[in-house]
Amino acid sequence: MAVLDIEGGGDTAIVSTVRRQRRVGALFIGSVAWIVLIGLSAIFADWLPIASPTDMDLLAKRAPPGSENHILGADHLGRDELSRLIHGGRVSLTVGLLAPVIGVTIGGCLGMLAGYFRGRLETFAVGGVDVLLAFPPLVFALAVTAYLGQSVTNITLVIGVLGIPAFTRVARAVTLSLSEREFVTAARALGATHARILIRELLPNVALPLLAFFLLAVAVTIVVEGALSFLGLGVPPPTASWGSMIGEGRDSLDIAPWLSFLPAGFMFLTVLAFNVVGDTLRALTDPRPGAL
Amino acid sequence: MSAPLLSVEGVTVDLPTPRGALRAVDGVDLTLAPGSTLGIVGESGCGKTMLSRAILQLLPKRARLGGRILFGGRDLLSLAPEALRRLRGPELAVVFQDPMTSLNPVLTIGTQIIETLQAHLGMDTATATQRGVELLAAVGIPAPEQRLRQYPHQLSGGMRQRVAIAIALSCEPKLLIADEPTTALDVTVQAQILDLLAREQQRRHMAMILITHDLGVVAGRTDEVAVMYAGRVVERAPTPRLFTRMRMPYTQALLAAIPKLDSPPHTPLPAIAGRPPDQTRPLKGCSFEPRCRYADERCRDAKPPLADPERLGGLFACWHPL
Repeated sequence: MAVLDIEGGGDTAIVSTVRRQRRVGALFIGSVAWIVLIGLSAIFADWLPIASPTDMDLLAKRAPPGSENHILGADHLGRDELSRLIHGGRVSLTVGLLAPVIGVTIGGCLGMLAGYFRGRLETFAVGGVDVLLAFPPLVFALAVTAYLGQSVTNITLVIGVLGIPAFTRVARAVTLSLSEREFVTAARALGATHARILIRELLPNVALPLLAFFLLAVAVTIVVEGALSFLGLGVPPPTASWGSMIGEGRDSLDIAPWLSFLPAGFMFLTVLAFNVVGDTLRALTDPRPGAL
Repeated sequence: MSAPLLSVEGVTVDLPTPRGALRAVDGVDLTLAPGSTLGIVGESGCGKTMLSRAILQLLPKRARLGGRILFGGRDLLSLAPEALRRLRGPELAVVFQDPMTSLNPVLTIGTQIIETLQAHLGMDTATATQRGVELLAAVGIPAPEQRLRQYPHQLSGGMRQRVAIAIALSCEPKLLIADEPTTALDVTVQAQILDLLAREQQRRHMAMILITHDLGVVAGRTDEVAVMYAGRVVERAPTPRLFTRMRMPYTQALLAAIPKLDSPPHTPLPAIAGRPPDQTRPLKGCSFEPRCRYADERCRDAKPPLADPERLGGLFACWHPL
């Protein structure tokens, strides 16, 4: 035992007034710019000076990019490609953002409750999630679209529900390890209710990994929506979506490859951008540098 | 002596393990008067933390608790969960061993203190913030207004433990349990934290249980010391008495295991030979018998009771007191 007695607060840590320098690369800025560009054009698609995505200009069938009146060309029915890309982005982004919201809300709650309370609730939650995981996703998508019809809402619901298991697992795993930490015991020792511990102590800790996973899920969802549309399970024609555009362009890959490659490129860039942003945000907002 | 604030009667804690029930706490009796301090000393795994968790009713879910714990006349074991929750904070508070993990890493210090005050004392944000600044100042944190906006990782270990103490003290508890509050800290900071605890305990006339494995820690700062071994209290006496006239060989061995400042370099530290007994297989006799140099037949066959045969004010459980 040391008998040093330094009066009040000898262990002062130096107050760091200099904020941690946050460096972001050009890749991050480019990604944000792309997301903003796609997002804004999707939101304001109706007011943009572009042709209607369903108007057919049969004289300009499969016009190559750079043609007069059609900057990015036209598809096999003479519909303006740029306009269809922007309107298709609207569908892709709506589904891509809303479906993970369903997943993160339901899955996050379920996972946190299961990880915190354990016991029978956890058994049911994990069991239910396993059943959902084991169910073939395409059959599920087919069943829903067959009974409820093809629409953006239904596609969002299908992909959202299919995303629940992953979010549940992430939330449960993080909550499990956090619940063992002393600050949770400390909160209970201070008389915090379960609700308070879940919302104030655990949620801020779980939110960060969930956010990173959410952005990853956005990227995956855009691809999944594309795949479903490509298979004809997505939004019904003539509404454009990147996936269905790739599917329609497939017939003329040899003579007009841009009809498939343009939407594929848009999808690629958007997915990449979301992944880059997700990764960077996670690295920037992590308040636990290194140890702990 | 006034009516005890806390009285622990025959408390047992059993933890289920694959090899059978592990008796972590084995029939402990303790009383604590309001405003007094009790030190609980013992080596790792002797049940001191489990005992403190039993008092706080924060045992692991699978643990089984027996006996009676009376706090301010109320039986904690039969208290409804909601009543128990209300007790924690304003009446019972705790400081944990590791300040690295006992604060929430993603919330600012201020949020953690202010929310406690708001939840228990119903203060508005401005009053609670003001009170938070006072509390941080009281535990010796310079520039408290700035600290309120910082995150735990921006503070040193000693600082964090001060914050944890400030949070524990925020609702003016009647009993503070400090569970190895200095074990994770630098030696130079240890004395400061212990003095801080002693000062606040005196000032607020709060009872305190100081749990440690270091007899040196309890020496000048407690009214009474209980030495625990293998889940039982083996010696309990007023602090000055314990140090002038210890009766239990285990207590002596613990004291001998503290390094002395004046011993020459490279002096081997007298460690206690052997290991604590397997608590899933209780011994028939004294649990310290396998490691005790005074042990004989009687120690093997019968468990010595915790008693005061000489009526000198100190309890001990030994057939062959020193």
